[in-house]
Amino acid sequence: MSLKKIEEKVLSGEHLTPQDALTLFLSDDIFTLGRLASEIAYRKNGNNVYFIQNHHINPTNICVNRCKFCAFSRSKGEKDAYELSIEEIIEKLRAVSPLGIREVHIVGGLHPEWTFDFYLEMLRRLKDSFPDIHIKAFTPVEIDYFSRISGLNLQDTLMALKGAGLDSIPGGGAEIFDEKIRNRLCPEKIEGNRWLEVMETAHGLGIRSNATMLYGHIEKYEHRIEHMLRLRDLQDRTGGFQAFIPLAFHPKNTRLSETFHMGGIDDLKTIAISRLVLDNFEHIKAYWVMLGERIAQLALLFGADDLDGTVGEERISHSAGAPSGRAISKEELINLILKAGKSPVERDSFYNPLKSQK
Amino acid sequence: MKSERHITKKEGLSLLKNADLLSLGRMADEVRKKLHPEGVVTFVIDRNINYTNICINRCKFCAFWRDKGHPEAYLLSKEELFEKIKETIDLGGTQILLQGGLHPELGIDYYVCLLRSIKENFPIHIHGLSPPEVCHISEKAGLTLKETIEVLKGAGLDSIPGGGAEILSDRVRKKISPRKIGKERWLEVMETAHNLGMKTTATMMFGSIEEPEDIIEHLDAIRDLQDKTHGFTAFIPWSFQPERTELGMKDSKVKVATATEYLRVLAISRIYLDNIPNIQASWVTQGVKMAQISLRFGANDFGSTMIEENVISATGLRYMVSIRDIIDAIRGAGFKPGQRDMYYNIIG
Repeated sequence: MSLKKIEEKVLSGEHLTPQDALTLFLSDDIFTLGRLASEIAYRKNGNNVYFIQNHHINPTNICVNRCKFCAFSRSKGEKDAYELSIEEIIEKLRAVSPLGIREVHIVGGLHPEWTFDFYLEMLRRLKDSFPDIHIKAFTPVEIDYFSRISGLNLQDTLMALKGAGLDSIPGGGAEIFDEKIRNRLCPEKIEGNRWLEVMETAHGLGIRSNATMLYGHIEKYEHRIEHMLRLRDLQDRTGGFQAFIPLAFHPKNTRLSETFHMGGIDDLKTIAISRLVLDNFEHIKAYWVMLGERIAQLALLFGADDLDGTVGEERISHSAGAPSGRAISKEELINLILKAGKSPVERDSFYNPLKSQK
Repeated sequence: MKSERHITKKEGLSLLKNADLLSLGRMADEVRKKLHPEGVVTFVIDRNINYTNICINRCKFCAFWRDKGHPEAYLLSKEELFEKIKETIDLGGTQILLQGGLHPELGIDYYVCLLRSIKENFPIHIHGLSPPEVCHISEKAGLTLKETIEVLKGAGLDSIPGGGAEILSDRVRKKISPRKIGKERWLEVMETAHNLGMKTTATMMFGSIEEPEDIIEHLDAIRDLQDKTHGFTAFIPWSFQPERTELGMKDSKVKVATATEYLRVLAISRIYLDNIPNIQASWVTQGVKMAQISLRFGANDFGSTMIEENVISATGLRYMVSIRDIIDAIRGAGFKPGQRDMYYNIIG
């Protein structure tokens, strides 16, 4: 199928087929791809590009999963393994809260000894200490783990988390859903179906979430496409996803380091194609931590409408050699957005513009 | 390969200022395709050897220079230099980029002796001595530019790099590099070298305090000279890196050029300089992912693999890149990689 036919479908609002998406991946015409993705981004979000003042906290790097692509995880007792106490987590957030932080993003390893009550206590104490900060925490991988260690079903686990202060769920742990790829990449991690089940249950309880895809390792375009389509199907049912976040794989310090190809063009295509395929997602996020500031800025011309945020002390991607600084200032984010010819909008966790801010 | 008419200064300025970046990229990609229909993207295995960082010019955008007597000031010995060249050849290198500061005491005899001894010992192409160095050598020797270049060429200098051009607009040069040679003098060195049968490259450093008009003035000067001499093999735009420089520290309004600004300048360079065969992507300032994207915004060359680089890394910016990474990036963009020499002959 030609790009022209795909263009007609895109502009008339029809879902693209897997074949359409593959045609787009195989095309060299990144300019048409960028133009189409920009058109869809414009229809959904105008000229706006969103960002948030947020802070990442990774409570522990001790993890029972030890996925091959991960440079962050450690086993208990290993030299640079660490675990934060609830007091330390609160202290970290207290140190940055005067900066105008709106959201805390908490994800970490699957700690072999921490109990579900410990996590609930963490949420409660954070909410008590910072009632105005939105808590976006725990990927489906962690939530599945909580359900196993607590003996509760998914629904009860999620209700308990929500009751303790969880406001929304990040999109991590999705990697690539395809079973064969997943078995090679992260055999200990929950299956794709389970990941989707956690999200569906959360959405059913009114908890919104994001969705990610880790690409650029051992998968093929077909796997990326299937991944997106499974997300699109779930989104058609629940409408609970806010943003899709394609994550460029960084091989340094991982056990997959021979797989790397430095695909800046692939990054831009993946952003654009996800914008076109995931036509029922409101937002496509160019996560600057993984893409680097430069590619993230260019992604704004290829359909992305969100740069994530100031981030603070992100550790997981940086363990794998992500090409970015540890944090970025609000002014720098605004500069990147303006220089791309877009309108910067500081948002809250649900994409409401902050009125009091310039 | 007949080129259509050049675009005018006015058209260039309007494109640079107003065109949508994707449209500009598409135009640049078309120009690139016309000049390089074979779909090969080239690179050269070479090493930057900076024989000294002692420099009397003290440009405000530069983090590399030191005064004589400064604890970090250096002048490489012949042994150190030879060791670097030997390593370069062992790594498959075919050329060195030999550049340095304007050392207050080195005379033309030093350079003649250096060039000769390199040529006597190594089968390597010497791409060296940018126009500010050539002028400095000629003034100290009391020779004309033509005489100076003849002497250097006779001693073994093969081609001249396009450094020191910065922005060829004297309005800007007075502010950022007041002691450095002016626009006309830079062009005069290149014209003289071209007339003596030497090939050179041309660079442009943008993203300091220039306006779009200055960029067009620069491109226009290069294009005019190229129409006369056809001596430029390549054009290399790169962005000012403010860290650790006087300009970056004193003027907080000066920010590092973002990705969209880089690609905009790269694309307009390809479109404007339709008489210069090759445009280099600057992975040293942009990283490999951006350099790959540059191949769709007008660039057809990855430049040097830079076994060693000192000037940009003095600002604190350093990308770790291997030849393998460069080849992968070229293939990943759908092009065929080709190792080249300074004249853009494919050699591997």
